[in-house]
Amino acid sequence: MTKAMTTKERLAISRVLMPEQDAQLRSRNFEEVNIGLTETLAIQEAQRCLNCKNRVCVQGCPVQVSIPEFITALAAGDLVRSAQILQSDNALPAVWGRVCPQETQCEARCVRGVKGQPVAIGYLERFVADWATANADQLAPVTLAEASGKKVAVVGCGPCGLTAAGELAKAGHAVTIFEALHDTGGVLRYGIPQFRLPKDIIDVEVARLQQMGVEIECNVIIGKTLTVSELSEQYDAVFIGNGAGLPAMMDIPGESLKGVYAANEYLTRVNLMGAGQSDDCATPVLKGKNVAVVGAGNTAMDCVRTARRLGAERAMIIYRRSEEQMPARVEEVHHAKAEGVEFVMLTSPLAVEGTEDGWVKALRCQKMELGEPDASGRQRPVAIEGAEEVLEADIVINALGTRANPLLTSTAPELQLNEWGNIVADEVGTTSIPGVYAGGDITRGGSTVILAMGDGKRAAAEIHRFLTASQD
Amino acid sequence: MFEVLSNETLAPNLHRMTVRAPRIATARQAGQFVIVRSEKGEERIPLTIGDADVEEGTITLFIQALGAGTKKIVSRQPGEFLSDVAGPLGMPTDIEKWGKVACIGGGVGTAVLFPMAKALADLGNEVTTIIGGRSKPYIILADELAEFSSHVQITTDDGSFGQQGFVTTALQALIDDPERRPEAVFAVGPVPMMRAISELTRPYGIKTLVSLNPIMIDGTGMCGGCRVQIGDEVKFACVDGPEFDAHQVDFNSLMDRLTMYREQEQHCRLDDQLNARKAS
Ligand SMILES: Cc1cc2nc3c(=O)[nH]c(=O)nc-3n(C[C@H](O)[C@H](O)[C@H](O)COP(=O)(O)OP(=O)(O)OC[C@H]3O[C@@H](n4cnc5c(N)ncnc54)[C@H](O)[C@@H]3O)c2cc1C
Ligand SMILES: Cc1cc2nc3c(=O)[nH]c(=O)nc-3n(C[C@H](O)[C@H](O)[C@H](O)COP(=O)(O)OP(=O)(O)OC[C@H]3O[C@@H](n4cnc5c(N)ncnc54)[C@H](O)[C@@H]3O)c2cc1C
Ligand code: SF4
Ligand code: SF4
Ligand code: FES
Repeated sequence: MTKAMTTKERLAISRVLMPEQDAQLRSRNFEEVNIGLTETLAIQEAQRCLNCKNRVCVQGCPVQVSIPEFITALAAGDLVRSAQILQSDNALPAVWGRVCPQETQCEARCVRGVKGQPVAIGYLERFVADWATANADQLAPVTLAEASGKKVAVVGCGPCGLTAAGELAKAGHAVTIFEALHDTGGVLRYGIPQFRLPKDIIDVEVARLQQMGVEIECNVIIGKTLTVSELSEQYDAVFIGNGAGLPAMMDIPGESLKGVYAANEYLTRVNLMGAGQSDDCATPVLKGKNVAVVGAGNTAMDCVRTARRLGAERAMIIYRRSEEQMPARVEEVHHAKAEGVEFVMLTSPLAVEGTEDGWVKALRCQKMELGEPDASGRQRPVAIEGAEEVLEADIVINALGTRANPLLTSTAPELQLNEWGNIVADEVGTTSIPGVYAGGDITRGGSTVILAMGDGKRAAAEIHRFLTASQD
Repeated sequence: MFEVLSNETLAPNLHRMTVRAPRIATARQAGQFVIVRSEKGEERIPLTIGDADVEEGTITLFIQALGAGTKKIVSRQPGEFLSDVAGPLGMPTDIEKWGKVACIGGGVGTAVLFPMAKALADLGNEVTTIIGGRSKPYIILADELAEFSSHVQITTDDGSFGQQGFVTTALQALIDDPERRPEAVFAVGPVPMMRAISELTRPYGIKTLVSLNPIMIDGTGMCGGCRVQIGDEVKFACVDGPEFDAHQVDFNSLMDRLTMYREQEQHCRLDDQLNARKAS
């Protein structure tokens, strides 16, 4: 560019629209919905950023990404610099650009949002990250610190464990990740569908870590194959990022009927095992005509949109509160609507009804209305007496959320837990066992990818301090 | 990758396989299982750890080749590899000194029973073993079980080996004999068999444990697919089980849930038949 743009010129540009696959078409395939910005569109969007001195957007980001800096470099067309700024902040920008709830975090603070639309920070992160992957040869390779001679075990290969492993490897420590499943990525692979987060993004990141010397051992269940205390003996430090893999049940009659799934099972069958995506896949999944998904978070949206792609004619979200109160990312709700998903609000399941031979037939529900606000200020849903609705369904999916899985913690009695079974850790991951750190969903309960990654990064810094301090 | 060290056929479609898995061999206890995937893209199949050799770092699996997944596994020859073996999963068998116990195995269930029976005998219980099968070729592990059982009784549906009839007939005789009446019964086999045994022992108040085999995926409590109704509680068989008090188990729901993918599996069996026809 020849001359710097004026603020007025920047203000005149309106927010970019993400090019996406046609809704009709995509509601029947597993390709990524968002196609991604072109370089021209990305630079144009970047030019909307005012490079604010007080960096309010950064305050909205749980991991303090250098937002104005990477966007300013992008606006100037310097992709190499932009990518380097992003990558030095945190691993996996291609992931969080796709799955972060930007509208409540960075973009919620952006000054351009006050009078109009905020800068599309998430889209820009995704663009720069994807560019960096495709043009890795233009970027300087990561330099690793000299080998420290220290060994660290990381439990769990989700976003939290992957981030911690990357940071520790950069600091020169020998890192081994132990993963219970046969593949990497945690929820990023078995939970979030590829129409939202293509699996090759995880593959690229995992390969990058392996190049940095990180060892990954799948099929090792800590708490069963090896215990935390065995790891403590064999390694100089242990980081636990084993997620919150335990489904909450609906606790209503009929939950054992054939055709009732917990979200984790449904998504794992499709995403990890590949069920329903090709005819010769070994793992089966039921395909329904009428699918009812209970819940309204990201998990529920992923289930209902997957059901559409597996051929459901009627795919419904059943939620006991109202639409404004749904916890899912705004973009997921928009996409689901465009794909023909029905939103049945103020409706709470009472029982799953079955046929004589044990298959799901319908979901019997209680109609609700919004009552007095509760402590958090949200209006509480209350039952409308006598108002019931029976929704015909052949598949019911429970997406009510997850709790802490006790497999690891039950064999580590010295590890202090809170009343919900989550590991108690401070903001840098310190637990009740010296040398053992934890972060992500296992400490927070269900949270977000970016918070899990932030935990991994902070804990890695603390572990590094611990390992170098104990050196002398 | 997990190397297959041996693979022999014990009965029609029933294989004994040893696999190198040192960590699992060290950690496992009787009653626990592994999840096996033969190769990329294949199903995750739960299989009981039949035996283990800590020194050699090996585990023994007994596998009934039922459908596509188990057939792929048993097709692996010594020197070849299974891509994934994860475990040990589940709770170990609650082994106590009961005195007289009866261990009952039906079909491949006899193999699942083997480590339990052995652990019970090792603790000084007097073990009577009852093995049931369709006909003579389906009776497995009789000699191995005889090594530590005080009696081994065999029943076949057609009378081609041992006593003609079902394992329940033999168990009834045992209960009726005051000298041999068991304090506890351990039963593993097809669901209808376990249900029949549960009904038989219930009126006598004899403690009865069964090992359940619902459909599983992860085996770590993450997916909820293996849920079973135990009394008025929902339990996950992979983490709370697989063994449960038979008198609390809702066998009907278990049996029903096992048929959830029958259509899809039959589709795959049909393919097998077509391929076999094409090949011949
Ligand atoms: C369907 C779905 C959609 C979501 N969508 C979004 C979204 O759009 N945006 C967002 O920000 N967040 C989303 N989330 C939440 C987000 O995915 C999680 O907060 C995040 O993945 C937590 O990361 P983690 O590394 O702590 O745990 P996980 O991702 O759960 O990873 C933990 C890993 O540890 C392994 N493990 C578990 N136990 C053991 C053990 N004993 N030994 C060894 N390994 C073990 C697991 O197999 C897993 O691989 C979603 C969650 C789900 C389920
Ligand atoms: C804890 C446990 C221990 C077991 N131990 C043994 C053992 O030691 N030896 C042995 O031969 N079998 C064992 N089984 C049963 C074995 O896992 C199933 O026979 C096998 O999964 C069938 O898969 P398939 O693809 O060959 O057959 P399919 O044709 O897919 O299915 C045949 C039948 O097996 C059941 N089944 C299918 N998939 C699964 C699955 N993922 N998990 C459980 N059941 C399934 C269904 O009822 C189905 O109708 C055990 C099962 C469990 C849960
Ligand atoms: S990580 Fe999330 S919150 Fe932070 S800048 Fe990126 S999209 Fe925004
Ligand atoms: S607040 Fe908005 S305009 Fe200001 S620097 Fe951040 S992204 Fe740019
Ligand atoms: S197999 Fe998934 S919870 Fe038991």
